[in-house]
Amino acid sequence: MKILIKNGNIIDPSQGIDGIGDVLIENGKIKEVGIKGKDQNARSKEQKSGAESAELRTIDAKGLKVFPGLIDMHAHLREPGFEYKETIKTGTTAAIRGGFTTVCCMPNTFPVNDNASVTEFIKRKASQEGCCSVLPIGAITKGQKGEELAEIGTMRNEGCIAFSDDGQPVMNSLIMRRALEYSKAFNVPIISHCEDLTLSEDGVMNEGLLSLTLGLKGIPAEAEQIMIFRDILLAELTGGKLHIAHVSTEGSVNLIRHAKERGAHVTAETCPHYFNLTEEAVKGYNTNAKVNPPLRTARDIEAIKAGLRDGSIDVIATDHAPHHRDEKRREFDMAPFGISGLDTALSLSLKLVKEGVLTLIQLIEKMAWNPARILGIDRGTLKIGSDADVVIVDENKEYKVEPDRFISQGKNTPFAGWLLEGMPVLTIYKGKIHE
Amino acid sequence: MNNKDLLGIKELSVEEINLILDTAAGFKDVLGRDIKKVPALRGKTTVNLFFEPSTRTRTSFELAAKRLSTDVINFSVPTSSVVKGESLIDTALTVQALGADFIIIRHSSSGVPHLLAKNLKASVINAGDGTNEHPTQALLDAFTIREKKGRIRDLEIAVVGDIMHSRVAKSNIYSLLKLGAKVRLIGPPTLIPEEIKGLGIDIFHNMEDGLKDADVLMMLRIQMERQGKGFFPSTDEYFKNWGLTAGRLSLAKDDAIVMHPGPMNRGIEIASEIADGPRSVILEQVTNGIAVRMAVLYLLAGVKR
Repeated sequence: MKILIKNGNIIDPSQGIDGIGDVLIENGKIKEVGIKGKDQNARSKEQKSGAESAELRTIDAKGLKVFPGLIDMHAHLREPGFEYKETIKTGTTAAIRGGFTTVCCMPNTFPVNDNASVTEFIKRKASQEGCCSVLPIGAITKGQKGEELAEIGTMRNEGCIAFSDDGQPVMNSLIMRRALEYSKAFNVPIISHCEDLTLSEDGVMNEGLLSLTLGLKGIPAEAEQIMIFRDILLAELTGGKLHIAHVSTEGSVNLIRHAKERGAHVTAETCPHYFNLTEEAVKGYNTNAKVNPPLRTARDIEAIKAGLRDGSIDVIATDHAPHHRDEKRREFDMAPFGISGLDTALSLSLKLVKEGVLTLIQLIEKMAWNPARILGIDRGTLKIGSDADVVIVDENKEYKVEPDRFISQGKNTPFAGWLLEGMPVLTIYKGKIHE
Repeated sequence: MNNKDLLGIKELSVEEINLILDTAAGFKDVLGRDIKKVPALRGKTTVNLFFEPSTRTRTSFELAAKRLSTDVINFSVPTSSVVKGESLIDTALTVQALGADFIIIRHSSSGVPHLLAKNLKASVINAGDGTNEHPTQALLDAFTIREKKGRIRDLEIAVVGDIMHSRVAKSNIYSLLKLGAKVRLIGPPTLIPEEIKGLGIDIFHNMEDGLKDADVLMMLRIQMERQGKGFFPSTDEYFKNWGLTAGRLSLAKDDAIVMHPGPMNRGIEIASEIADGPRSVILEQVTNGIAVRMAVLYLLAGVKR
């Protein structure tokens, strides 16, 4: 089976490609990439070798963008344990329709993914029911309790590609130091949800005048920044690979920028809601805008955009956190944190290109190539011989966000009613077409 | 009134606040009569849905509703199905299905009245939500100040104590600013977030400086659980620095009045002799509360759906 994608605008940051051309896929691998005016294109080669046939599916991508399949470094697929929120099947279906061919899932399942048998379960379930690749992130500590290291090496062998205690950050600095040291043996990044839990205690939104006037307990930006600084220092001390999850504040961007200037081994991600929404979205006690770290201010949005532009922030991830409707339809204090993000991530991120914050090639770098490099996986590229993970996008296709039409089981989005542009037309995962 | 619900002072216009205060004046006359009841809302049903312990506010609402001839049911948490794990919205929908026209809600989470208002046809009245608002307390305070001082505009009003956690303080700040008063806050920095200056309010950490030339002193209840949480070291130290004593009261204007939403902690935020003294209007606040709550119920009943 061959697939020929013709006349698309091919964007591949891994090879610095941004041009009109063709992509030929054969046996689930990238066979040829030809850019017009640069070298012979793939189509002409194909025609020489035997024209159209039942063996060949031709896709006309004229006027469309062709990217390597996106990689989401930070998602919650909820299985095992919380299948009423999301399953590997529904989550990966939402992913593939959203342009993602690889999803990394956080370990806060039930049971926690803190041992190889849970990792094995997730991998097996994903291979049986998943639509795209699922790469589990294992817990740093047993039960995400922050006390004893989990079996990082064993989980690594079973398929975990990074380690994180996710929303239960490791408060004990010694344990975090050990994790950053120990993980070096397996060359895996430690992903840190940076939050000083003593400072953010019971907080439910950004701290400021708005939290005061809504009567909601605030989380100061410093709760995030203190831990980012601690973890950067520990990464510098140990030489471990640190990846900072969901950056939300100006101060965080500055800390990461300075660390990179010093040559620290640190990478960072942000999420579409942190550059599209401010804390104002919480007004009216909108639990769909309750997320951790919380939505911040216009000033923070500007800083995050600047950080994306200058490379301080390497990655855009979704932090896809689906919840059941009933869990969000309750007291603001009691509702769980999280936004369902896989359905809208690409179009919300494409806004950065339309606003001139990033070029398209830079955006795809942050959504495919950089995640692959940080995780040390051979994906996020259209290089010849790599898996044929490709997404074809109509960047001008306009649509209105209707949560009820989300493919994810989680309808919890603060973007309901937004008019967005840019939608995947089809996604190819290992040579298989999902339309 | 523009809305079926009373969620907070933030949501009210100046005209609406004045309408409530004017209407309350009429009901206060009724309360002074021999027969203290009017048939205005006969056939309507009021449910007190209190998720936090309260005696005074609940009783005040109950009396207000009864003086207007509505039927009143008290639905309190320990006896309800809430302890069986029922969701808040289900509880509220059940109460509405029982025929409630007015649901008076008190809850420890901010925004609960707003959540119910969105999901119910009944009028929702906020009787205190988390650290957000307690609008009828602010309305009865405004009523009392207007009665005592003849006006609110341009008065210097000092609010003393735990501003951060006080829904009474918040509602009062919004209403007094809307009505043209000048508001200053006094208390320890741990209990007065700096951000509140954004509303156009002065902050004093020194009681003597803050009380100077005030027309009205609003003392707030200090909650015992705040000590030990690092907000202040002890109630003794609190009283020494921010308690209202005769010496400190003398710094305010000669005709300054002293208010307190209750229940009071004598010897912590206010000295006993001040609470019982001639400047205190604390018990009048309680009486006025009924008239103001009657006005709220009466006016909301007239809102077109």
